[in-house]
Amino acid sequence: MITAIGRRLAGLFATLLAASFVIFAAVYAAPGDPAVFLAGGRDRLTPERLAAVREQYHLDEPLVVQYGRWLWDCLHLDLGRSFQYGDQVADLLGARFPTTLALVAYATVLFVVLGVGAGILAAVRRGGWVDSAVVGGTTLAASVPSFVGGIALVALFGVQLGWFPVTGSGEGFAGTVHHLTLPAVAMALGALAVISRVTRQAMVDAGAADHVAVARASGIPEGEIVRRHVLRNALGPIITMCGLVTAGMLAGTVAIETVFGLSGIGSLLVGAINSHDFPVAQAVLLLMVTGYVVVTTVVDLVHPLLDPRLEAVRSPA
Amino acid sequence: MTAVPAGLLPVGKRSRRSAGTTVAAGFLGLVVLAAVFAPPLAPYPPDAVDLSSSLVGTGPEHPLGTDASGQDLLSRVLYGARTSLIAPVLLLAFASVLGVALGTLAAWRGGWVDTLVSRATDVMYAFPGLLFVVLIIAVFGAGMTTSVLGLGLAFAPTIAKYTRSVALSERAKPYIDAYRVQGMGGARICVRHLVPNLARSIAGYLVVLFGEALMSLATLSYLGFGAQPPSSDWGLMVQEGQSAIVQGALLPALVPGTAIAAVVVAFNVVGVRAADRLGSRR
Repeated sequence: MITAIGRRLAGLFATLLAASFVIFAAVYAAPGDPAVFLAGGRDRLTPERLAAVREQYHLDEPLVVQYGRWLWDCLHLDLGRSFQYGDQVADLLGARFPTTLALVAYATVLFVVLGVGAGILAAVRRGGWVDSAVVGGTTLAASVPSFVGGIALVALFGVQLGWFPVTGSGEGFAGTVHHLTLPAVAMALGALAVISRVTRQAMVDAGAADHVAVARASGIPEGEIVRRHVLRNALGPIITMCGLVTAGMLAGTVAIETVFGLSGIGSLLVGAINSHDFPVAQAVLLLMVTGYVVVTTVVDLVHPLLDPRLEAVRSPA
Repeated sequence: MTAVPAGLLPVGKRSRRSAGTTVAAGFLGLVVLAAVFAPPLAPYPPDAVDLSSSLVGTGPEHPLGTDASGQDLLSRVLYGARTSLIAPVLLLAFASVLGVALGTLAAWRGGWVDTLVSRATDVMYAFPGLLFVVLIIAVFGAGMTTSVLGLGLAFAPTIAKYTRSVALSERAKPYIDAYRVQGMGGARICVRHLVPNLARSIAGYLVVLFGEALMSLATLSYLGFGAQPPSSDWGLMVQEGQSAIVQGALLPALVPGTAIAAVVVAFNVVGVRAADRLGSRR
């Protein structure tokens, strides 16, 4: 068990190291002088800025040393200065991250409740019209790109009906929930298909076990069978998939925050690229990749805790 | 999923399923025709700006209305079908050349080559493809070429993984050994016999990936990273039409948006059937 966790954590660090190196070294793949590239292109170049960039990135030293120093700075939250905003990149991220986090959390709640609910419903009514409707409806929803779905929601509920605000992230808890409802729904819609499908399959598999037939034969109410005997045993794959989808949502905010004009890190990334603000783009990418890798690792580590059978299989000794 | 011969399915189920596939395939056929015959079909040139008829609704002059700069939306959507369909084809072509080569190499050589390729694809899997493409665009600048090549690199590991798995079981078949016994070289067996025999299965897998490729490209164009104005790419059209929504004009964003969604839905419906028919694994 301990070695399994150790191996997983080693994998986590190796992946993060590789990803951060790619993000760092990308500067050298850019055409032209890396210093000019980091300074935001030739048209905004001043000798002072060039000197500042050379100092910040230690461009006179060997690549490995540069990377080491950059990583060291990143770990100390010194992510450089944004050329667009003039602020410390860490402050920018700090100001914008809560919105993104709230959006992802809201979308996660929505897709877990609706997706798992729909999957359970489809499994219980397997073969019937409810089953077909769930499978068909969620598959359709997954075929619509999230930005198109988001714009359709804005057009319908934001502009035509006027129920929800069209841009901004709102004040206070109620305001935030109100503002983030449409974006969260737009993000959750795409995830419903995969979650409900995994839930349905896991429920069907768990429901085929002998002990379920025994429980049914001994007259336990169907609701209790579904809850305690089927769903409980089906939770492993469901929770794993929910974790993976949540991790992927960090990247999904790039499109959704742009649709809804939310100032989170996704729209920060888009803005940074369009204004050639590479230090900011680097920092956001690093944050998103780290978030993704950490969440997927945590999901992997939590899995055996939920399902003791796995541990028995993994460590036969 | 066990393959049930079509003749053994209950009649009702079979006809309903194939009816959906037929409709989807027919729709895709129409879209391809629209893309090919856009010049004679479109009532206006796609980039004909006419500020006097900005944001006009549907009518005899403009069947689907106009956008903020008075460009006819029907014409733009017809022309846009060209970039929106060709770009995913190029993307998948690039990705499958890379992916099939790497996957076959890994399956054929095994050993450290296999380990290296598998680890490399694992690292690519370890973070979302979109972020990788965004990094590439941040470095090389926005544009359709960058987007297609970047997404191609992001899709290649998936195809490599798939190719490796089907190539491994194909390699174990006796006819491969027969060629070997005859003294044929490994490269020749792979290129002349192994890969051609996998082609059907890989093609089915690519049809399934097509919808995702189209969605990813549209998303990049929407963000301003892909197609650049004055292109009529659907993703770009949605971005340009979005500001008109607050003015109550929904068509400029919803017409191209619906086009993207409809084509992706149709491809996914056809793709599932195609994958079954061509014997692709899922």
